[in-house]
Amino acid sequence: MTFEYKVQGGDFTHAGYASSQVKKMLKQLGVDSVVIKRVVVCLYEAEVNIVAHARDGIISIVLDTDTILMKLTDNGPGIANIEQAMQKGYSTASPEVREMGFGAGMGLPNISANADRFLITSEPGTGTALEITINLNSAAV
Amino acid sequence: MEKGFFHHALTIREDICTGCSLCMRVCPTEALRIRDGKAKLIEDRCVDCGECFRSCPVHAIIIEQDDFSRIFDYKHRVALVPAVLHGQFRHEVSMSEISAVLRSLGFTWVYEVEHGAEILKPAIDDLMNVRTLPRPLISSYCPAIVRLIQVRFPALIRNLATVKAPLEMAAFYCRRVLRDRGAHNAEIGVFYVTPCAAKIAAVKSPVGEESTPISGVINMDFIYNKINRTLRNKGELKYGDDHAYSVDPDTLVWSLTNGEASCVNGSTLAIDGMNNVTEFLEQLENDEITGVDYLELRACDEGCAGGVLLSSNRFLVAERLRNKARTLKPGDSSPETEEFPDIESYSGYLMNKVRITEEIKPRSMYRLSGDRDEAMKMMKRSRRIMCWLPGTDCGLCGAPSCQALSEDIVRHRGDISQCAFIRESNMERQLMDRERSSEIMRRIWGDNNFTKNCNKKGAENESN
Repeated sequence: MTFEYKVQGGDFTHAGYASSQVKKMLKQLGVDSVVIKRVVVCLYEAEVNIVAHARDGIISIVLDTDTILMKLTDNGPGIANIEQAMQKGYSTASPEVREMGFGAGMGLPNISANADRFLITSEPGTGTALEITINLNSAAV
Repeated sequence: MEKGFFHHALTIREDICTGCSLCMRVCPTEALRIRDGKAKLIEDRCVDCGECFRSCPVHAIIIEQDDFSRIFDYKHRVALVPAVLHGQFRHEVSMSEISAVLRSLGFTWVYEVEHGAEILKPAIDDLMNVRTLPRPLISSYCPAIVRLIQVRFPALIRNLATVKAPLEMAAFYCRRVLRDRGAHNAEIGVFYVTPCAAKIAAVKSPVGEESTPISGVINMDFIYNKINRTLRNKGELKYGDDHAYSVDPDTLVWSLTNGEASCVNGSTLAIDGMNNVTEFLEQLENDEITGVDYLELRACDEGCAGGVLLSSNRFLVAERLRNKARTLKPGDSSPETEEFPDIESYSGYLMNKVRITEEIKPRSMYRLSGDRDEAMKMMKRSRRIMCWLPGTDCGLCGAPSCQALSEDIVRHRGDISQCAFIRESNMERQLMDRERSSEIMRRIWGDNNFTKNCNKKGAENESN
């Protein structure tokens, strides 16, 4: 099954909608709550990244019995140095974003730690694309 | 699912229920449906919060209680009374008067539940010091909240603070004191005057405990009425000198919103009301909440002052108790009464009993099937059905929402023809005749709702 959710840049109020929807589906499938938590952490962090940095973006979810694939593409500023962005605590978030409790520089490292497979591609000036895959059958990270 | 496995204190009286569907619309776990003009409960979803009881306009939902005469099965009859009982009466009514009324009804001992909270303070502190436990820890005080987490937020079960409630501590204490004075355990009956249905369910089928020290429950409205009557005919009652609350000021308000949270160290938060709690837990489960160490959650607005079995206004009850706690001076509260020694002198014994040792198990309401492939098929089907349902959540199908109906259908608990919109389009396309459609409508809502009845609420000759 495939689902698509639009994400509006700057709209922190509505961030988390996709996570809630996906969470409910995984509960319906009887997926272990530890795995659900990993999916939700990845998705929420990635969604907040779009809200914090991009004009808008799209989350597309491909769900089957054993795996969930989450693709997030945005038309934000892109990441010049991905290696640097993957380090814990590194953040380019604006002071306003930080004031709201976001932008601690834990987003990408957190996604990487919780995903079974994580791909990130980015072009400065064009945007960033994430591909996060989580195996729904195992609880181990 | 395991039908009958969960004990529920709420029962729908079909002879009274008019099938108005108000309860179905307020249930936080979508546990109610309308069939044959009556509300029906899906037992494994019910968390005993009592929202349905509150919303029922004809009082068709009743809360079971033990037959009062059962107290006389015991030689020693303890009434465990929560502070909110006293909070329902005017300031002039003293705890000794209330206690005297309870004694006149046949109890031999009257003890205030909130004493048990004295034992919980250090027990919660101990848990807060365990660095390996997830944050925030969630109070397990309110049984409806524990059940809500089991049913809707199983991932948060590990956040539940594994300590028992003040009620259990008070009950263990009473039994121990009486045993120390030579009573046999079998001679001791400990009865809880309950403010809500959830506490009844918790006593009758405890979660995370193998047995309970409580022998039975008496509904608070029953006791409230007895006390009110007796106080109006005061002459016949003998009671001792008026004595101040024997409970500490901070534990006195434990059952009110923020009563418990304010006693816990660290960053704490108190949330009351099922909708507020659900909204917060949804965010917590999404990992959107950080920086909270301890969460006090209560199903009812104003905590237990809003319990469904209270007869007085919840805000007045809460204010009376808070006011009492504010005006209590140190020394006013005497934890030791003539019958009962200070509960703290038993803290060694009670601290051994305070932890919940049995596992709290999830009972997800969302899971479609135990088999993943099957669940996937069902989910796909339910989503295909959603393409056709109107999304108006009108409830005419007898389910609380279109999504609930679509899930009922794939669980073989419902049929797509229950949807009035589907039937209407089928009739337009001559796929269904008018008679068939009415027949389905009547099967959901019952024949009574199709006949003139001038006695109903709001009608010409209203009468109950």
